[in-house]
Amino acid sequence: MANNYEFTPEDLKEIETIKAKFPEVMPATLPTLWVAQRRFGHVEPEVQHLVAETLDLPVSHVHGVATFYTQYYKEKMGKYVLDVCTTTSCQLCGGYDMLHYLENKLGIKAGETTKDGMFSIQSVECLGACGYAPMMQITNDVYVNNLTEEKLDEVIESLKADKMPEFESVGMPQHTERS
Amino acid sequence: MSFDWKSYTPVIIPDIPNLHEIDVYTKNGGYDSLKEVLSDDWDPTKVVNEVKAANIRGRGGAGFNAGLKWSFMPKPDGGPRYLACNGDESEPGTFKDRKIFEYNPHLFIEGALIAAYAMQCSAIYVYIRGEYYSWIKMMEKALKDAYDKGFIGKNILGSGFDVEFHVTGGAGAYICGEETSMLESLEGKRGYPRVKPPFPAQKGLWGRPTTINNIETLSCVPLVIKNGADWFSGIGAETHPGPVLYGISGHVNRPGVYELPTGMPVLTLIEEVAGGMRNGKKLKGLIPGGSSTPILRGDALEGVNMDADSLREAGSMMGTAGMIVMDEDTDMVEMLWRISHFYHHESCGQCTPCREGTGWLEKILLKIRNGDGEIRDLELLIDLCSQMEGRTICALADAAAYY
Ligand SMILES: Cc1cc2nc3c(=O)[nH]c(=O)nc-3n(C[C@H](O)[C@H](O)[C@H](O)COP(=O)(O)O)c2cc1C
Ligand code: SF4
Repeated sequence: MANNYEFTPEDLKEIETIKAKFPEVMPATLPTLWVAQRRFGHVEPEVQHLVAETLDLPVSHVHGVATFYTQYYKEKMGKYVLDVCTTTSCQLCGGYDMLHYLENKLGIKAGETTKDGMFSIQSVECLGACGYAPMMQITNDVYVNNLTEEKLDEVIESLKADKMPEFESVGMPQHTERS
Repeated sequence: MSFDWKSYTPVIIPDIPNLHEIDVYTKNGGYDSLKEVLSDDWDPTKVVNEVKAANIRGRGGAGFNAGLKWSFMPKPDGGPRYLACNGDESEPGTFKDRKIFEYNPHLFIEGALIAAYAMQCSAIYVYIRGEYYSWIKMMEKALKDAYDKGFIGKNILGSGFDVEFHVTGGAGAYICGEETSMLESLEGKRGYPRVKPPFPAQKGLWGRPTTINNIETLSCVPLVIKNGADWFSGIGAETHPGPVLYGISGHVNRPGVYELPTGMPVLTLIEEVAGGMRNGKKLKGLIPGGSSTPILRGDALEGVNMDADSLREAGSMMGTAGMIVMDEDTDMVEMLWRISHFYHHESCGQCTPCREGTGWLEKILLKIRNGDGEIRDLELLIDLCSQMEGRTICALADAAAYY
């Protein structure tokens, strides 16, 4: 089957490094799907084929893995995927308010993508940032903590200008203040 | 307890700037414990015994003595043996292991290396949840630095001990924190928990002997070697000792991760350490150790301490020490419905009582939440939970039935 997707030589090198970590090739499945998703933005069936071919594993295996794990995008998503956490601590601290604010602001519902293809919104399960609730993660990458409506406005503006927010290090409250 | 928590000096995540950098870590005594155990004064059995005597109870949720678990590994037969480090951290309310990745990664690496030596493992894998992309990068950097300094690899520090150490990530699945599901995921498959026995110590990764430990558990190990088992077991609660990372979230003024001894009174943690309730509200309920531990009423917390015994008496568990604090305005039905949605969403679907049960829990709670609840529904909930407990491959179904 002709495939519209191809790994770059750097990708293939990275995949070799991944394979070298394990005694078998199958364990490379998850990390290689990650390489693919970071390259193509999703792992649609054709990309799953590419991963299977590259690793010489059955397509059914790769498909089974891709569909089991929620972070893999089985269809095209917005350029920026806003994963708003709404599980317990975030729920208690206004996670749903933040989700609804975003939905209104962008004119889409959770699970949808804006017409211009810029943003998708998802309501997701606990991201392990419970003390910094409410929070969201952008496209499986940076965490944005202690959300407010103003902070969301700023983040959306900066993403429209193609600028990802920077990683925020949240310290230990017991440590002496350092700047 | 008249313990003066303010004077406690953190040891798992000490207040030292840039400790995540390997040079700063070694300047502060880092990797000395590894050097110590690789010296002629120690052998693997002695390390296992020391760690067993310290009674580090697993910080991943189940609270099992780490050294005792290590002693279940069969005798080396020349084939590969593994240590798999659990950094899945997906239990709602839990956000502590990432602090170690960020602020003291080498303490964890050193602990894992000592554990690998004690069990004569040939390779170590650390599995980190896929969402923690930023922290996976930090661990990759820390591991590279440790390789470059000769703390990992062949003939470590000239001792003749070889071990490889790799980081790998998940891709979004709470169930992969369950240890055998994590092994499946590490092997590149869907994270379906395995039926036990065989236990991982017999047949773990690729059918070989494997031990699974939590990140914080392993981070305690260099401290035990450095200061002795007696020092460790003398901190905090007698039957559940040591320093521990409390993650406090919800309706408090100063949420965050705090390192303090085990056995702290929950009310001290909420009212003093975390700065008290937000907006001066009253405390309604507490989930003491992550969402899988039963919720406690706010008016029944007098005298309850954060250790296994005290929490069991109160009707709950220590879990991951991820405390979720709820104020008087919390809608309990709303909260329960959301967490039931979580368990339903995260059930891997292998076992009928779990797959169906979590679905029904969510449906009934949704009905009650929408104001259509009947007394019958409560009976149905209790009945459902009793049919889920203890009848499945892994403990997710139990957790869903407890909260
Ligand atoms: C559904 C489920 C989820 C779990 N999630 C985690 C987790 O995210 N991190 C963790 O360390 N242990 C988790 N555990 C516990 C592990 O199965 C295992 O007991 C632990 O990693 C062993 O390490 P320890 O003895 O050092 O605590 C989970 C267990 C269950 C049943
Ligand atoms: S109890 Fe639930 S999550 Fe655990 S193996 Fe069975 S179906 Fe999967």
